[in-house]
Amino acid sequence: MKFLKLGLLALTLCLFGIVQAQAFEIRQVESPGGIKAWLVSDKTVPLITMKFSFRGGTISDPAKLQGRSYFLSGMLDEGAGELKSEAFQQRMSELAGRMSFSADREYFEGSFQTLTENRQAAFDLLRMAVTEPRFDAEPMDKVRGQILLGIKSDAEDPSRIASNELLRNMFGDHPYARDAKGSAESVSAMTSKDLKDAWAGIFVRKNLQVAVVGDISPEDLGPLLDKVFGKLPEQGETATVADLKMPDKGSITIVERNIPQSVMSFAMPGLLRSDPDFMTAYVMNFVLGDGGFGSRLMEEIREKRGLTYGIYTGLASWANGGLLIGSVSTQNSRAGETLDVLRAELIKMAEKGPTEKELEEAKTYLTGSYALRFDSSAKIAGQLLGIQQENLGIEYIARRNGLIKAVTAEDAKRVAKRLINPEALTISIVGRPEGIPLKTGGAPG
Amino acid sequence: MHTVLNRLSGKLARLRPALWLMGLLLALAASSTGARAMNIDISEYTLENGMQVIVIPDHRAPVVTHMVWYRVGSADEQLGKSGIAHYLEHLLFKGTKRLKPGEFSKIIRLNGGEDNAFTSYDFTAFYERIATDRLELVMDLGADRMANATFDDKDLKTELEVVKEERRSRTDNNPAALLREQLSAATYTAHTYGRPVIGWMSEVEALTANDARAFYRKYYTPSNAALVVAGDVDPANVLALARKYYGKLKNTAPTPVRARTQEPTPIAAKRVEMSDPRAASPSITRQYILPGVNQAQPGESEALDLLGQVLGNGSSSFLYKQLVVDQKIASQVSTYYSGDTLDNGEFAISLAPAPGVDVKDAEAALNAALAKFLKTGVDQASLDRSRNELVASSVYAMDSQFRLSYIYGSAYAIGRSVKETRDWTDRLKQVSAEQVDLAARTYLKIERSATGVLVPGPALTAGTTSN
Repeated sequence: MKFLKLGLLALTLCLFGIVQAQAFEIRQVESPGGIKAWLVSDKTVPLITMKFSFRGGTISDPAKLQGRSYFLSGMLDEGAGELKSEAFQQRMSELAGRMSFSADREYFEGSFQTLTENRQAAFDLLRMAVTEPRFDAEPMDKVRGQILLGIKSDAEDPSRIASNELLRNMFGDHPYARDAKGSAESVSAMTSKDLKDAWAGIFVRKNLQVAVVGDISPEDLGPLLDKVFGKLPEQGETATVADLKMPDKGSITIVERNIPQSVMSFAMPGLLRSDPDFMTAYVMNFVLGDGGFGSRLMEEIREKRGLTYGIYTGLASWANGGLLIGSVSTQNSRAGETLDVLRAELIKMAEKGPTEKELEEAKTYLTGSYALRFDSSAKIAGQLLGIQQENLGIEYIARRNGLIKAVTAEDAKRVAKRLINPEALTISIVGRPEGIPLKTGGAPG
Repeated sequence: MHTVLNRLSGKLARLRPALWLMGLLLALAASSTGARAMNIDISEYTLENGMQVIVIPDHRAPVVTHMVWYRVGSADEQLGKSGIAHYLEHLLFKGTKRLKPGEFSKIIRLNGGEDNAFTSYDFTAFYERIATDRLELVMDLGADRMANATFDDKDLKTELEVVKEERRSRTDNNPAALLREQLSAATYTAHTYGRPVIGWMSEVEALTANDARAFYRKYYTPSNAALVVAGDVDPANVLALARKYYGKLKNTAPTPVRARTQEPTPIAAKRVEMSDPRAASPSITRQYILPGVNQAQPGESEALDLLGQVLGNGSSSFLYKQLVVDQKIASQVSTYYSGDTLDNGEFAISLAPAPGVDVKDAEAALNAALAKFLKTGVDQASLDRSRNELVASSVYAMDSQFRLSYIYGSAYAIGRSVKETRDWTDRLKQVSAEQVDLAARTYLKIERSATGVLVPGPALTAGTTSN
């Protein structure tokens, strides 16, 4: 999901006019076999971190096979090549390596770490997971059971219920509204052939992006890239996904649950990452609700009124559409009051935009804190992968603070008006909220 | 025993791509065992007022982590005042003689930094992550916070509402969290580890400005605190700044003596059963009372670290193989030794029965598997593998200056030296299979334990819907 990544998509070289040299150099590596990666070499800690992704996540799951990518993400380290599940896990444990996979809406991601001394053997295990997964029946049933429990658990989790309900109300049956895990029916019926099909569709070189950080030189990395990804086919089938269509009119849905605190999700239509207004919207939203302490919503709803432990808004920007989305929880008896303050703040922002002072302070923070996103190998690798996914270019890190600084008050005001439309505010509430005039919907409690 | 409360928790965490495995379902799933780090050239000083200074080098990025750790946590609270340690932590963002409420965080933000704080049973800590050239600024502010906090009635009232909402979010809205709270309360006969860090709602509601003031004066004094700085810094320079800002502070109280009521040797198994319509599926959690690092015999806590790993950390562990892979009675099982504690430690087991498996059958299978492990003992190959993993975890920890600061700061808070912390991997290497077996047979006794069972069903307790 993009808005957490775009936190990602930002890094800093300039702190308050003091030019800090970028603490690392990014190199574009191309292996002998033609696999490309971005690399930051740093020998300080004897570790190698690699993050990679294939375009094509849960939105590419066929309608009848919802949850397929998610299931796949749980199966790649459950046996590969000649190693069955137990032997594979045991080997990984002996090498003290770390390997995990996840399925996002638009990307299937892998995350891998190894001690330098074990790198040959650990990369070899990764190769097996990526190119020779087994999908044996026994581990498949084990993982199926784990996913089914997860689905049950989500069905009782107030935050999950609220955000799923919200996305259904905004996107209808569009793939973006789906829960990554799929349904009990689809997961129960999933076969090893389904997973093989998913794997064959996703794991193709055309869709691959790689970031590596740590104790390895470009010369040593090349052959390892070929080892892991070299055997994958160049092309595969890519599902086409329709653009998101959202209702012009907002709505409120209540899902009744016997809990002391009402959990709310809310959203309005947002914008694409490629939209020319994106950076301005990012800064404007920071002022509104993304800054933690100091954001308008946090000040008004937590600090002044004590209505909540936290309220946040963020931009979720995908390839086929976007949202300005947020969440807040408050005791049932003050739910109406909380929504009233939220609405008033949205209207105020839409009409007047951020003040000059707010804007300057936001820009100072966003540019000054960019370096904090690059203080560990894992974080640097995450940033480099995110920048590749969004196709922002290898020099983006050097450019990014300039883009933030270029946002003007006039732009911010215009974009606030464009983006924030309280009429289109869609809200879902889980709990027994009071002071909200409307009908009840959603699944029975 | 894992509870660490942040002043502010994750943004919209629900919308993050789902992490694999069911961390949310299990009480303990989180981080790997408390890795300590090795091979780092750490500098230590004591200021004249007794405050400790720990400097950890990390020259990779122009970023510094500044933390102040206090030797006080929820387990130090007086009877009837549960939640005051955590509430005070919130209030220390509400202004000083110099700063208006909220101004601390605002200054940090305007300098491109992030700040937060956390409270647990044995410690309270505050931190900032910021550009290295802003270190002096955060030291100035950190020292001001230690000495000059003001407590305005209006802000206090509002913040108490925030803390109550935090409790509702973390605990009251979540049956698994409620069960954990009940289980901890049942586990302890005497020790304050049995109280929730955030406090009982009835006591939190009654906390006052005077409670906060008294707690602050008693515990927030230089001789009860450590400064931890990690980053691209020169230790001599950090020491000079520490003297300038923290060194000038006078102690406001005698160094507090942490003489808590100790838990008597447990002699009766305890049990908590909770039925809640909001529980999606059953779960079993068991915790045993046993020695923490400060109480353990030489080598014993390291043997328990290894036991936690061998028995139930990861898919190659004994219980996972027995119960998940072979018998298919559980979907997930994990164990964890929590020994980085001032007083006793805990050993916890969490289990999620496989779909369709009766929770009683799952518990019986767990008991049988444990008995089998105790009888046959640990095999050498598993032990070596687990030891490798733990040693490696200390290398992985070196990738994060925040993690390193946390490791050394929390060790200070429970009275462990830098050397003891750094030498952990050396001690791990000396643990034999016999020591692990002995630790398991000595402490994994049912009379040392409390077992919590959560099942979906009609609510039998009244405590789930208050407020």
